[in-house]
Amino acid sequence: MSWLITNLWLIPAIPLAISLVILSLAKSRRKSAAALAIVGQVIALAFAIFAFLPTLQTPGFRAVQNFTWFTFGEQALRIGWVLDPLAAAMMMMIALVGLCIFIFSVGYMADDKNFTRFFAYLSFFCGAMLGVVIANSLLLLFIFWELVGLASYLLIGFWIERPSAAAAAKKAFITTRIGDMGFFLGILWLYHSSGTLLFYDEGKGCLESAGLAMLGASATFVALLIFCGAAGKSGQFPLHVWLPDAMEGPTPVSALIHAATMVAAGVFLVARVYPLFSLGAIDGVTPSLTVVVWIGVTTALMAALIAIAQADIKRILAYSTVSQLGLMMVSLGVGGVAAGIMHLLAHGFFKALLFLGAGSVIHGCHHEQDIRKMGGLRRLMPVTFLTYAVGMMALSGVPLFFSGGSTKEEILHAAARWPASRLPYYLLLMGVILTALYMTRQIIYVFFGNRRAGSLHAHESPRVMTMPLIVLALCAIFFSAVLTPAWSWLHGYLTGERVHSEISRLIQPMLFVSLALVGAGVGLGVWMYRKAGMQDRDRAPETDPLEYAQPALFRFLENRMWLDEFYDRTVIAFATICARVSDWMDRNVWDGLVRGFGDVGELFGIFTSNVDERGINAGVDETTAGTRGLGRLMSAAHSGQIQTYLGVVAIGMLVLLLFYAWLA
Amino acid sequence: MTLTLQLFLIVSAALFCIGLLAALSRRHAIFILIGIEMMLAAANLNFIAFWRFSPEPRQPAGVMIAIFAIAIAAAEAAVGLALVISVYRHYRTTNVDQLDQLKG
Repeated sequence: MSWLITNLWLIPAIPLAISLVILSLAKSRRKSAAALAIVGQVIALAFAIFAFLPTLQTPGFRAVQNFTWFTFGEQALRIGWVLDPLAAAMMMMIALVGLCIFIFSVGYMADDKNFTRFFAYLSFFCGAMLGVVIANSLLLLFIFWELVGLASYLLIGFWIERPSAAAAAKKAFITTRIGDMGFFLGILWLYHSSGTLLFYDEGKGCLESAGLAMLGASATFVALLIFCGAAGKSGQFPLHVWLPDAMEGPTPVSALIHAATMVAAGVFLVARVYPLFSLGAIDGVTPSLTVVVWIGVTTALMAALIAIAQADIKRILAYSTVSQLGLMMVSLGVGGVAAGIMHLLAHGFFKALLFLGAGSVIHGCHHEQDIRKMGGLRRLMPVTFLTYAVGMMALSGVPLFFSGGSTKEEILHAAARWPASRLPYYLLLMGVILTALYMTRQIIYVFFGNRRAGSLHAHESPRVMTMPLIVLALCAIFFSAVLTPAWSWLHGYLTGERVHSEISRLIQPMLFVSLALVGAGVGLGVWMYRKAGMQDRDRAPETDPLEYAQPALFRFLENRMWLDEFYDRTVIAFATICARVSDWMDRNVWDGLVRGFGDVGELFGIFTSNVDERGINAGVDETTAGTRGLGRLMSAAHSGQIQTYLGVVAIGMLVLLLFYAWLA
Repeated sequence: MTLTLQLFLIVSAALFCIGLLAALSRRHAIFILIGIEMMLAAANLNFIAFWRFSPEPRQPAGVMIAIFAIAIAAAEAAVGLALVISVYRHYRTTNVDQLDQLKG
């Protein structure tokens, strides 16, 4: 067991190492790349199962392994990893869903030129995500968090030749970065207040009683700053704008990252640092938790409304993800931490299933993504249809047999008991109806009715793509076995309580409420869209019945409530102005300064050269000229005539004689 | 005309000047040598004059000097002539105006 804990780091390390190996392979070695990635994921899954087993034995199991990374002065930075039910359950979900998506990608990306690069990035992402869930230090979590963000950027913009994909990747990275700024400030504040970033450290960790005591009132602000990061990554309002654009990436990417795992990281983070949020709770309510609830509710309802008016099959699912994440945040906020995490795990499975099913539909319709151009795929793609139907029922919350239903009931249950307000509960009820409504709409448009332009020559996907669908559908169904109120094993596992099965608990008032809501939603959808897709194949896509009934509202929802345009005019315009000012400063002020120094140097050079040329050289020239003149003069006296010399001697002697005579 | 010292000195000075003039203005090298001999003779005359009119004429100092001077003049004339012959052999001229190799 201690071997397991000391080597827990292998679980993220193996996929990361394999991604580096795949990156060094040539583009033609596709089979090796896919095989390596899948083998790495299988090893990670096996390891995750192996790590899961000890956590089943004792309730409230927690094993940590901390060590000092480096010291500076007398302080030391310690990091480590932790194995507890939350981490183990997340690891299982990530590894299993990841494996299904890897296998699916072998079929989906078969025609792509950059097959090997895709698997390298997928493997890298899985390694980073596994690192996020086992981190025991907020800093280590942040490091892997950023790696996950990087993997998301690389995968959204995977088709580098598409400018829309590059723009979407940039938008995702920058929007999550804004959240991460708040996250980092929270980390700094936490370190400053409590002196440690480790979660569990034999009582001294920041989530344990001693560490929490040092925080005091600042826990609210730290929690809210950390929630900024979670809101960015999990697409909460107002940082949700990147998620629908992220559908520019290939469908397996949307399934893995934007349905099952990366967006779950934000919810996971809130659950992980829950003691910070719930410090000083009065009756289970704190200011930070209240903020979480209201943002979650806003997100859930807003995204569900927008989803009704979307026409792209993946956008509907993207907004559905945003809505479900809002639901999970609400659950965490009202105190149902275990319920929220259970919904997260279930959502991971059925959302991945839905996205992969959408991928199968897109593949079958030869890359058509508009649902108004599909139809009648029920008979052409039966396996896809059945698995998609399972996913749809799980998402809508059909109780008893489908995992999403039980978890949603739990969440509604917790929301109904929130002391602060009942409004979130009612808004969530509306959200449930809307969820069922838009999913029904999507299924009717895609699978029922007459065949339209995109689905004329559709065919079922190959087995490598349908097998993962079947596996995930079975998971969605059987997972509900551990989620039902009759035997809430997973609830007990996550919270560390002992539970025993009780069939009578199966029949609860909440069961009827959720049945009624789901029935209402599905029924409304069937009635509204009953004629959808019934027109002939030759005619243009018809008007959506909602558009027909309420054109203004439909336009508002179809344009995503004009939020992107709003951001464009305000935040982006401001950033552009700042960029222009900086550019002007750089070109004229800083560069001018540098050029000024250069000019001074040049002037100095000119001055020196002039002094040298005109001063020194001229002086030397004059001197030599003078010397030459003198020489010419003197040589005039050397005539070579002896008699002249003699005459000079005689005259000189005469002068001397006269001089001596005068002296005497 | 009484024979006084001044008379002899004037004559010797005149002789000297004529000799100097000859040495300075004649083109032929032999004539320059003649001029030099004249200057030497004038100096001799000067010696004899001062000896003749000295307070103790019995000492033969002046005559001795004159004899030595004549001997030296003869030697020097021989050397001078040898020089002139040597120069003539090389340059084929005795015109001193044309001997300006040391011009510079």
